[in-house]
Amino acid sequence: MSLPMQNRAMPTSSPVTAPTRVDQPEAGTVITPDRPWVVIVWNDPINLMSYVTFVFQKLFGYSREKATKLMLDVHHKGKAVVSSGPRERAELDVFRLHEHGLWATMEHDQ
Amino acid sequence: MIRARLRRTRDGRFVLRLPGQERELLRSLPAQLRDLIAAGDPSTRRLFPPAYPEDDEAEVEYRRLVGDQLLQSHQGALQVLEDTVDATELDEDQLTAWLGALNDLRLVLGTKLEVTEDFQPLPPSDPRAPAMATYVYLSMLQENLVEALAASG
Repeated sequence: MSLPMQNRAMPTSSPVTAPTRVDQPEAGTVITPDRPWVVIVWNDPINLMSYVTFVFQKLFGYSREKATKLMLDVHHKGKAVVSSGPRERAELDVFRLHEHGLWATMEHDQ
Repeated sequence: MIRARLRRTRDGRFVLRLPGQERELLRSLPAQLRDLIAAGDPSTRRLFPPAYPEDDEAEVEYRRLVGDQLLQSHQGALQVLEDTVDATELDEDQLTAWLGALNDLRLVLGTKLEVTEDFQPLPPSDPRAPAMATYVYLSMLQENLVEALAASG
């Protein structure tokens, strides 16, 4: 599959409060911790449990065990974080989940 | 539980055993879904969920970037189902397209029927009974397909 968002520029990270402890950088270096984006799949009454497990395995290469656990989290808790990473990566994951009919959203990790 | 419609062969293809009546049903559905999508029927929104439900600006940008590709992806799967509805054997790509098309059909039909996780069969007198029967059938067939594909992976 071609990547739909390959031309997008990296998002500029917003100013972040300085971390309380920084180990090795030289004086004056500003560290902005990468707050990852998380991809969330929400429960819905239509997608089959077996299908959701199958999609998690196929898209993310998760083991059957891990995919099943995530599916059960979605089912019982209403949602689950299924992947995380830089914005482009998360957006691509959301797109592939949408292609497969799953109800996926993304947000900046807290 | 009806008999499995699908069997994986040793060379990685899938033998499809569908009664004619079921093929006729499957033949009729892709065009109906395409019409609903073209008409912008609210039930089809489920095929295009928001990526950023709380950020309108980012959502508009997401739609702009991937909206067409998402539509093509859904329509491509429907097209494969339509083109191969009489096939007695499918390869893995075709079966994957069937899986996507069946899921899309169920998402829209289930949304229209307002199904819940523990929905009950409708009495035959209910005007929605035929649509519910189609939904239940598609669910069964999709389950068959997932099992066959998962076993081949």
